[in-house]
Amino acid sequence: MKVKSPLEVYKFLPQTNCGECGFDTCMSFAAHIIDRGVKPTDCPPLVKESEKDPKLKKKLEELIKLTSPEIAEVIIGVGDSAIKIGGEDVLHRHELTFFNPTAFFYDVWDTMDERELDERCGKVVEWKKFYVGDYLTLDGIAVRCTSNDPEKFKEVAKKVAGYGKPMILVALNPECMRAALEEVASYRPLIYAATEANWKEFLELALEFNVPVTLRAKDLNLLKSMAVTFKNAGVNDIVLDPVTEPLGEGLRSTYERVIQLRRTAILAEDKDIAYPIMVTPLVAWTIDADDVTKAYWETVIGSLFVVKYGDVMIFHSLEPYTLMPTVTLRYNIYTDPRTPVQVEAGLREINNPSPDDPVFITTNFALTYYTVESDLTSANIKCWLLVLNTEGLGVEVSVAGGQFTAAKVKDLIEETGIADKVNHKYLVIPGLAARLQGAIEDETGWNVLVGPMDSGRIKGWLEQNWPPKK
Amino acid sequence: MTDKLTLEEFFNLLKKYNVEELEGVRIEGDLEIEIEPGAGIDANTINALVALSQYVNLIQEFGNFLYHTNMALSYLQRLSTALGIPTPFAAPQPVAPITPEVPTVEVPRFEIPEKLVEARFEPYKSEYTGVIQEVTLGATRADGGTREVTVTIGGEKSLPFYFFDADMPHLPVIAIDIFDRRPMLAKAVREHYEDVLDDPAEWAKKAVKDFNADLVTLHLISTDPMLEDTPAREAVKVLEDILQAVKVPIIVGGSGNKEKDPEVLEKAAEVAEGERIMLASATLDMDWERIGNAAKKYGHVILSWTQMDINNQKTLNRYLLKRVGIAPESLVMDPTTAALGYGLDYAYTNMERIRISGLRGDSDLAFPMSSGTTNAWGAREAWMTESPIEGDSPWGPRELRGPIWEIVTGLTLALAGVDLFMMMHPGAVAVLKEIMYTLGGKVEGEAVDPSAWITMEG
Repeated sequence: MKVKSPLEVYKFLPQTNCGECGFDTCMSFAAHIIDRGVKPTDCPPLVKESEKDPKLKKKLEELIKLTSPEIAEVIIGVGDSAIKIGGEDVLHRHELTFFNPTAFFYDVWDTMDERELDERCGKVVEWKKFYVGDYLTLDGIAVRCTSNDPEKFKEVAKKVAGYGKPMILVALNPECMRAALEEVASYRPLIYAATEANWKEFLELALEFNVPVTLRAKDLNLLKSMAVTFKNAGVNDIVLDPVTEPLGEGLRSTYERVIQLRRTAILAEDKDIAYPIMVTPLVAWTIDADDVTKAYWETVIGSLFVVKYGDVMIFHSLEPYTLMPTVTLRYNIYTDPRTPVQVEAGLREINNPSPDDPVFITTNFALTYYTVESDLTSANIKCWLLVLNTEGLGVEVSVAGGQFTAAKVKDLIEETGIADKVNHKYLVIPGLAARLQGAIEDETGWNVLVGPMDSGRIKGWLEQNWPPKK
Repeated sequence: MTDKLTLEEFFNLLKKYNVEELEGVRIEGDLEIEIEPGAGIDANTINALVALSQYVNLIQEFGNFLYHTNMALSYLQRLSTALGIPTPFAAPQPVAPITPEVPTVEVPRFEIPEKLVEARFEPYKSEYTGVIQEVTLGATRADGGTREVTVTIGGEKSLPFYFFDADMPHLPVIAIDIFDRRPMLAKAVREHYEDVLDDPAEWAKKAVKDFNADLVTLHLISTDPMLEDTPAREAVKVLEDILQAVKVPIIVGGSGNKEKDPEVLEKAAEVAEGERIMLASATLDMDWERIGNAAKKYGHVILSWTQMDINNQKTLNRYLLKRVGIAPESLVMDPTTAALGYGLDYAYTNMERIRISGLRGDSDLAFPMSSGTTNAWGAREAWMTESPIEGDSPWGPRELRGPIWEIVTGLTLALAGVDLFMMMHPGAVAVLKEIMYTLGGKVEGEAVDPSAWITMEG
């Protein structure tokens, strides 16, 4: 984004504070444009006036240009499952935030037997992991043409489209790609890939079917030349693949190419290569090793480029030990560092507790809270859960750092009136807060029991320890 | 008992027993199965453990290999063989490259240029004014110690592995954690050290010889008043043993007790005089002055540890440098490591900001960074047998989840600028080294056709 201050945006706005955008003032709207919460076209009067007055239209276009992200945004797929990639503005997340998490695609191929194809597609659609209050999921399916048979590729692409996930079509043969596009272009797949050898045919396909296209070249001069050529010919939805190499010097130079592309786009403002970047960790499956090694190395390559500028990736392994770390890392890296991940402090009633049920305490760090809450809920444990304001820190850190103290626990007990809701005076503290047991007992007059180190073990712990023996 | 179980059956079987029950069981190398009283193990579990014994044997045999560039890969190969994970896919069949024929389209519907528009890519070059301080750990006889090797970290003039900006004089190094009493360890970690858990000197040897540790971190946790409360003078005897047992540089940590640690670290500094160990660590809420003075007096390096706060890191560094008078070449920072999924985003960004500030010339922050990457094992994904959340897809074998959790945590922080990792799982150590050496230009790697994946069947 070229502008940095709301004032620079404000001067393009109607300055009437009409409130139609949902914000009280134009200045407030301008501030939200800067933090990318809204777009200039979210100002209804601005849009309406620009339709009447060519001068205002020009002004709006200028504002759009000034406020559009440094890296182009590309949409793959249609409808609710469509996924947006690119759109980044910074090289380091603390400078603002990263916006569109790396899209994860998983491969199938057109010579796969049908049962296996269904199984893999089903896994991509169904896989989920609970994290910070919601389920993490996978994004899409990449269909590779291994048959080199247009009919076969078309048929499998059609079948995969039925799963409703965004798709990448992988074929270097333009005839195969054309056949598939004739069937599934309306799903807006990303096509892969235009190379030095086939770029003319792929340019035609991208224009004819109006689908986003990947350009693939290790030589960055060639990659840029293709990007300029495609852009000049009228293609806007471009993804760059600087070619992922799996090992040694090849992988080191891949790291260099990816960083150079992104850094030059943002710092040197080279618009000709300011597009989303494709990385293909599944290249690890071509090395000479066993399956676990390949999947581990694929995870390593994927992780490397989740941190460093990969916008869309194709993976092969659907093993949990590949999916869990990469999907979690992606969430962590793309979490907005400007918003503290906290929940409200106070008292939560889990599964309609009665006065006989236990009282637990945890912190208001969102991750800790949701982990504890979901463990209690899914294990059907009836209980009262006190949520302490530890300024968004987890148990271990807040105990060490003095945000989780006996005095604050006492205040929380008083504020929530928990003593009136239960007919006992037992408080269960996290195992990681064990050292506060005595202090909390002294401060509050409650009996303090030390719970397990991990809330996933509360169920077993309760069987042994609740109701309290004394 | 001799029935072979498939991996899936095996883990399904394990799922029936919770973690505590399995942790009551120890397997000896000769297949004797010891069951601790009250562990409540039945015949099915014993079957499962017999199946596991193959894996345990492998780990004991693990001691025989030496590090080479392919160690990580061969380690994993053996791990998966031992776990009986089949190779379902045939080797990739390279398909002849497709050379698209130029179609003879009679009337082109779109205007397609004859030639590419020639464009030159001019990479942006970043230069920083600052340089990260070089710090050497360990001292050889020539310098008054008894180490056979020393380790130098720091010296960066660019972001990690940005060789296209500036040379990176030292690649990051890895220390393996050892303890002066049995610590709580995840099963996947513990089984690699089962034979040395009660003998820190042997533990150190194993870490260096078998698992290729560049350094060893001795944690004197028995000094904790809540545990054995070992007196400082007695506790540091273990340090003397370690200094005898291995010849790599040593890092010494206390128990984390704010009152006791300064005394323990002071004693450690005294008995290791001249060895240039690293004292881990001084924090703002303990007597950093006393620890700092001990480091200064006996010629050691000090680890300045803060809780994910760049300003506190600056403050503590200044106290140590200005008030205590620690030399800049004797300071390393630990800005705190949180595990993947458990605050790694904070740890990453905090470290990245610290490193960029250092490179931009903030001399209070231009020091090498250390990471307690072993913290990754605190993540339940690393050690729990199965997800406690009902809606989750299956988590699969934890033996394979744990090491990758430590690897990804370490790799992420390597990209933020960490110079020294403290780790535990030998497989994780090997893989993280492999990727760092690869990015560091030390691994040539076999040539692989980077297009082969496009048409591989499988």
